[in-house]
Amino acid sequence: MSTSLILIILLIVGAGAYGLAASRAVRMSGGKLSALHSRPGYYGAYAAIWAILPAALVLAVWLVASPMIVERTVRGGFPDDVKSMPVAEQNLAYGMINAIARGLPMLSAEDTAALSSGSVDVRAKLAEKGVPLAGDVQPYMLEAARTLNAETGTSRLAMTAVVALLALGGAAIALRSVAPRFRARNRVERVILWALVAASSIAILTTVGIVLSMLTEAAHFFREIPPLEFFFGTVWDPRFAGAGSTSAGQFGLIPLLAGTLYIGFVAMLVAVPVGLFAAIYMAEYASPKVRSLAKPLLEVLAGIPTIVYGFFALITVGPFLRDLSMQVNGLLTGNYVNFIQAQSVLTAGIVMGIMLIPYVSSLSDDIITAVPKALRDGSLGLGATRSETIKKVVLPAALPGIVGALLMTASRAIGETMIVVLAAGVAARMQINPFEPMTTVTVKIVAQLTGDLEFTSPQTLVAFALGITLFAITLCLNIYALYIVRKYREQYE
Amino acid sequence: MNMLSEVAVEKVLEKPMNIIPLKMVGKDVSVYYGDKRALYDVNLDVRENTVTALIGPSGCGKSTFLRSLNRMNDTIEGCKVTGRIALDGDDIYDASIDVVELRARVGMVFQKPNPFPKSIYENIAYGPKIHGLARSKADFDQIVEASLQRAGLWNEVKDRLHEGGTGLSGGQQQRLCIARAIAVSPEVILMDEPCSALDPIATAKVEELIHELRANYTIVIVTHSMQQAARVSQRTAMFHLGHLVEENDTDKMFTNPDDQRTQDYIMGRFG
Repeated sequence: MSTSLILIILLIVGAGAYGLAASRAVRMSGGKLSALHSRPGYYGAYAAIWAILPAALVLAVWLVASPMIVERTVRGGFPDDVKSMPVAEQNLAYGMINAIARGLPMLSAEDTAALSSGSVDVRAKLAEKGVPLAGDVQPYMLEAARTLNAETGTSRLAMTAVVALLALGGAAIALRSVAPRFRARNRVERVILWALVAASSIAILTTVGIVLSMLTEAAHFFREIPPLEFFFGTVWDPRFAGAGSTSAGQFGLIPLLAGTLYIGFVAMLVAVPVGLFAAIYMAEYASPKVRSLAKPLLEVLAGIPTIVYGFFALITVGPFLRDLSMQVNGLLTGNYVNFIQAQSVLTAGIVMGIMLIPYVSSLSDDIITAVPKALRDGSLGLGATRSETIKKVVLPAALPGIVGALLMTASRAIGETMIVVLAAGVAARMQINPFEPMTTVTVKIVAQLTGDLEFTSPQTLVAFALGITLFAITLCLNIYALYIVRKYREQYE
Repeated sequence: MNMLSEVAVEKVLEKPMNIIPLKMVGKDVSVYYGDKRALYDVNLDVRENTVTALIGPSGCGKSTFLRSLNRMNDTIEGCKVTGRIALDGDDIYDASIDVVELRARVGMVFQKPNPFPKSIYENIAYGPKIHGLARSKADFDQIVEASLQRAGLWNEVKDRLHEGGTGLSGGQQQRLCIARAIAVSPEVILMDEPCSALDPIATAKVEELIHELRANYTIVIVTHSMQQAARVSQRTAMFHLGHLVEENDTDKMFTNPDDQRTQDYIMGRFG
């Protein structure tokens, strides 16, 4: 029986248990629902949980464990000469056996008979059915594939039986325990609580997993390149092994970090004033009509994919700045040479700043609006003008929250990739001229992981070291931002 | 009816109210919030150096009237005031009146204590600073001390003037807000249920303060507490459903009101 069919049956049993338990509870109450501890639905849910949950858990464990056990049996049956082969080849053989096992049931009866007598080429026959094999089939493989199919079939049968038994048994136990004073609601709610806990721990565990996987890979990198050279190196020159050079190249983080912070800084220089002013206008001056129209419009900006901003930078802003600089230079000195490159820190910073405006304005707007009206009234009641009230009361009160919002925005700027690739180029250089190209950590991560690579050389492993560095920076920023925002919240509660 | 009751009052009082000059005059004041009318042609005068209490059930328009006295209603979207309100004879809704200047003359204390998230000192100095009432540090120090003295808060906070105003207790916060209002030397102080968020002891202190402030300021207070109105005010006005029901001397109002509705409200039959 297929897994999805088993699941459907489980659901049906669960629904049945729900109905039976609920109606049983109603019957037991003798028509007076208030005599029950919980509402009938809770008794139903309790029975449904008993019917579905244990069975589903066993099903999940079985589905994971069964192939492993079957594999052990099949491998145990390998001839001795195969067992003495290296593990990699054994794995290959097992892979083929798996494929054969998948193909066997597709063959017709006479084909199967022909196979047994050895008169047909298994590989060609299976290829006809759409199951490609990596190599020629050894006789023991056919045997092993048959064992595999038989074992899997038995396991499936047993699994179906066990799951069905568990579902029915669980439902029966739950049905028996239904009684007017039985606290079904409390138990159902406890199960739901655990489901919620499980859901939130998935997010946390994933984060932990990501960090751990990056850490292990980064550790591999640091085994080949000393951390000091990475964190304080000022030259980024990872030579690829194929280029004929024997040295691993240089992996200095500083130029990339400088580029990241520089471009991020220019972006914040654009985004902070524009976003803040927009937020102040929206929160304090705009009429509800304007606000209800302008705020969503501004937030549309946040929905544009960053690669599109990248186009905008590449096609429009970059060339515009280049031509502008050429005209300016020409008018001032008579020498029509552009001093702003089309791909430059400035281009990337401006476009990234535009991308960040909605984050700044939307977050700040929420924070400014959250300042209690009582404070505004207090200030206006003293004869302060609107702008005095905003400058001296509202903004200072909202400042910690705004700083938190800005830090979160900054961590977005640091993590941005696509705009930089298109707008600032990929040249890792250390310089302070905003009109020249530079590049960022994220761009280099992409560059190091693109193409046909082996995951053993420092050239690729460096991406993980870069990733973990970036992660640490943004994590610190976000934690600090959260700390500030929380402190700000306490002020008014 | 108002006129009648005033005539009646004048007869019984030793010192007739009408020799006290009028500080603010409201004539046919109506207030609309969008399409909803909140006040209907209210005629109510505020006398100098007098505490005038506005009472009435919730939603009767007393706070609305109070807030129209210093144009705080301007900050509410869709609010419209008609009729005439005059301060010392000048129409405060006239185009020539600067609302900022008006609010400096007619200060306000709110229902919930709303100190700014700044130090106690800066809370008081805020008003004088924006109005340019003082220049040197010494001037500010003097204003801050005088205001806190008047609000009866000086002895409690003089050692921690530079700590946050939000760290004070509710009653202290409210007196801080009163001190803050006093600091800009207003002529009229409007109080919108200033004690509703305070405990009885803090309330007693604020009431005492109101009593003392009367010597220098004209006070209009909205209150839900009959006892408070009786304790602190000399004149009382009763609102109901947006109408001014009765305006009278407080003593008369609480012993022998002219209007049956006032009688019922004071006796607790509705509200």
